[in-house]
Amino acid sequence: MLEIKNLHAEVEGEGIKILKGVNLTINKGEIHAIMGPNGSGKSTLSKVVAGHPEYEVTGGDILYNGESILELDPDERAHAGIFLAFQYPVEVPGVTNKTLLRESYNTIAASRGREELDPLEFDDYIQDKLKLVEMNPEFLDRSVNTGFSGGEKKRNEIFQMAVLQPQISFLDETDSGLDIDALKIVSNGINTLHGEEDAVVLVTHYQRLLNYIQPDFVHVMMNGRIVKSGDKSLALELEERGYDWLYAEANLNGQPA
Amino acid sequence: MEEMTQAQELESMIGEEYKYGFSTDVEYEDFPKGLNEDIIRQLSAIKEEPEWLLEFRLKAYRDWLTMEEPEWFNATYKKPKFDEIQYYSSPKNRPKVESLDDIDPKIKETYDKLGIPLEEQKMLSGVAVDAVFDSVSIFTTFKEKLAEAGVIFCSISEAVKNHPELVKKYLGSVVPARDNFYAALNSAVFSDGSFCYVPKNTVSPMELSTYFRINNMNSGQFERTLIIADDHSYVSYLEGCTAPMYDENQLHAAVVELVALDHAEIKYSTIQNWYSGNEEGVGGIYNFVTKRGICKGEYSKISWTQLETGSAVTLKYPSVIMQGDHSIGEFYSVAVTSKRQQADTGTKMIHIGKNTKSTIISKGISAGESDNSYRGAVKISKKATNARNYSQCDSMLIGQKCGAHTFPYIESANPTAKIEHEATTSRVGEDQIFYLQQRGISEQDAISMIVNGFAKEVLKELPMEFAVEANKLLGIKLEGSVG
Repeated sequence: MLEIKNLHAEVEGEGIKILKGVNLTINKGEIHAIMGPNGSGKSTLSKVVAGHPEYEVTGGDILYNGESILELDPDERAHAGIFLAFQYPVEVPGVTNKTLLRESYNTIAASRGREELDPLEFDDYIQDKLKLVEMNPEFLDRSVNTGFSGGEKKRNEIFQMAVLQPQISFLDETDSGLDIDALKIVSNGINTLHGEEDAVVLVTHYQRLLNYIQPDFVHVMMNGRIVKSGDKSLALELEERGYDWLYAEANLNGQPA
Repeated sequence: MEEMTQAQELESMIGEEYKYGFSTDVEYEDFPKGLNEDIIRQLSAIKEEPEWLLEFRLKAYRDWLTMEEPEWFNATYKKPKFDEIQYYSSPKNRPKVESLDDIDPKIKETYDKLGIPLEEQKMLSGVAVDAVFDSVSIFTTFKEKLAEAGVIFCSISEAVKNHPELVKKYLGSVVPARDNFYAALNSAVFSDGSFCYVPKNTVSPMELSTYFRINNMNSGQFERTLIIADDHSYVSYLEGCTAPMYDENQLHAAVVELVALDHAEIKYSTIQNWYSGNEEGVGGIYNFVTKRGICKGEYSKISWTQLETGSAVTLKYPSVIMQGDHSIGEFYSVAVTSKRQQADTGTKMIHIGKNTKSTIISKGISAGESDNSYRGAVKISKKATNARNYSQCDSMLIGQKCGAHTFPYIESANPTAKIEHEATTSRVGEDQIFYLQQRGISEQDAISMIVNGFAKEVLKELPMEFAVEANKLLGIKLEGSVG
């Protein structure tokens, strides 16, 4: 479904290289976890896939269902089914959650030839999704992320994912800042949403998320590359041993990434 | 091939930017350019005005001659050459007509193109329109229906003829001719505009609106609007403005006076979309307007709502004098500037009566290389016990080259006054746009969503019929202004 090939990217206009040859293949039905120390490039990877204008791709390619998406605008990538749950969801004062979501849903629906929903139909449609992340319906009438607590913002991201039904979702540190109850709710939501036809990529610092969501693959990113891939046991090993041993193994001469 | 398409796309986007920029080829009555007492006499004679009005004009003109063009605002521009302006511009073919069939078809077509059809059956239901083309009122719709309710709605020229006692009593009572340089000029040469009188205990059965169109390249527009709401009455009034795209600047110097008597309420809304000049700042309208209302009676209320998107330079401070006890003044404003536009706009809230209350909500949006200033004064007089004011001034910046400024002035001579002022400045960030784009919204829709969200508190004050238009206008206005 998604093939990242020798991807190089830097901060637009500043020449700071962040991704230095990432290779990663993700198939339908899979859950991948990308771990790694701070500054290793894992958050950047998900932003580059979503098309953030701050980054310039300087080499390699991203193929989605066999076609390069590098020339697509972020909204076109979203229409194609790529979703990013933000590490820091952005506030949009004066625009209600419901307005954004319906607009979002209908734009994506229209581009995929699905039926658009009128406000009443949309109301019905989102009721179940609200329950999934145990969100109070009054959330819908509040401005997008404005005055939300950290945990509420993260839950709102998963709520959006539930409503928009993407094909591939990058969840950028969705677990950070969540207390244990919220973590359970969010994990449960992700597990329920995930199926045979879609893929999920968890970008995380902590193995604790992986206690609730079982990944098929775990990758470690360092210094702009994926240096090691394995199954769930790799995450446990990282928890125990830290990252230092990998610097040596990755032949980075122990330099911090 | 691909470049071709891009160029075309760009072109169509630019075309959409100001879709009211066409001009109409009509024949004009001859009227000399320039300004002197003879011109004023001539103007007054064409309009068959009574002696007292000619005297009013001449006195204003003599005052104007002694006054200096103001320079205290935050804008720079080439000063108008007052000798080169044509102070009266009327299409030939009988300016004011009794039936639609008598209107020059070209002018009728102009209003159709502007989306303001003059046939009543095609109109927005519940809105009566006075259409002003350059210096003259062309047609007023729904007159009979309004007359049934006792509401007088006509051009000010007609009011001078048919209701001289009302005009004489109130003209210049809120904005004296000497008030400022441009008010004096307007008082000397005002051509047409709307007049409205709502009698006691009457709620106007429909929204009233005036649509101003400047067509003639060399003419200025000096309209005069006077609205009087008698005891226990209510009226909602809306004005819309457009002009063709010319390279020369055109002057629009209007005066609007509102009078609210006991328990009366006037809601005055403006959607101003004059041509704003091009990317280099060439052409566009100078919008130098004096708007003021007086809450004369107790428990009266005047509310200004404005959506200012056009004009090269805007200097405008719709104000309320709260003379009656318990009266209320409100000012809701969204001012959008892009390209090289300059806007210095705000309000004055003058508290004289006891227990008077005013609210100011101002939202400035600057894009391109424009400059957007809020200037507001709150004055509480000695007698205004328990006066209250709440002001909120928010600025939003789009891009790196624009400016936003806030100049609040507060004067209180009464220790019981309560005055609150809040101000914020924010920037439409790449992150905000990216977030919405990631949710499938296009860049332009994202900007429009962010801006509409920002301006929501004000836009909701606009009459329903115009809210949709306002939303669209904001989107078009800021198209292509990020990145």
